[in-house]
Amino acid sequence: MSAPIVHLSRHYTFSASHLLYTDHLSFEENEAIFGKCANPNGHGHNYGLTITVKGEIDDATGFVIPLDTLDDAVRRHVLDAYDHRFLNVDVEDYVDLVPTGENIAMEVWRRLEKPLAGRLNKVILDETRNNRFEYTGA
Amino acid sequence: MGNVLISRRFDFSSSHRYYRNEWSEEENTRAFGLCALPNGHGHNYTLEVAIVGVPDPDTGMVINLVDLEGAVDSVLVGFDHKHLNLDTPYFTDRIPTTENLATVLWELIHESLHGTRLNRLRLYETDDLYVEYFGEQA
Repeated sequence: MSAPIVHLSRHYTFSASHLLYTDHLSFEENEAIFGKCANPNGHGHNYGLTITVKGEIDDATGFVIPLDTLDDAVRRHVLDAYDHRFLNVDVEDYVDLVPTGENIAMEVWRRLEKPLAGRLNKVILDETRNNRFEYTGA
Repeated sequence: MGNVLISRRFDFSSSHRYYRNEWSEEENTRAFGLCALPNGHGHNYTLEVAIVGVPDPDTGMVINLVDLEGAVDSVLVGFDHKHLNLDTPYFTDRIPTTENLATVLWELIHESLHGTRLNRLRLYETDDLYVEYFGEQA
């Protein structure tokens, strides 16, 4: 019998500010689409980030991934860049991309796909406790 | 058509230790960190058991929750307030990681339900770490 395949999910948090605004539209159009989220000075959220990896359980260690490997990858590739930052201004991902929950989930996926070497299965981004975005890479 | 997923949550508390006898102290510490400390440690585990099916036209139920509870409780009694390495027979040749524990619980609950097909087990070791197992087909 081959090793069982499991999904392991780990929850992280970061706090960041953003505004939803695109230079491709006029100020009025931005306000019409994004409402109060277009407020020029931005606003912030406590984001919840759940990262799921999928793979075979290692026979020797019993791990699908060592937790410190996962923690290090998320910290180095996402949290260090995003936490306590103004996403529109401080993070290159959003120079020409509106930092909506959808886009943040997809950018986090892009940042983690290589470091987690084929094991990344899902990114769940909680913007507030009411708004959740999930991306599985397709 | 008409499939509904029903999920029930259970709590149990156990202790464990991650350690391979054939490895040196250093190797164990490198792989398992604090989890290799000699006297073990414990967690409050939360287990979510999910079953999918078409509700019975007479009862309106996918499964009688009393039956589900009874089947799962009869398994968990072997784990609750136990030392997983020392008080259960399942971890003599594998580490009681959350990954391995999820697969062990799957086999036992599947048996206890007399073949009722499980859809998913989700096992929380802590609030911010969980493993999902979907059986061998995943």
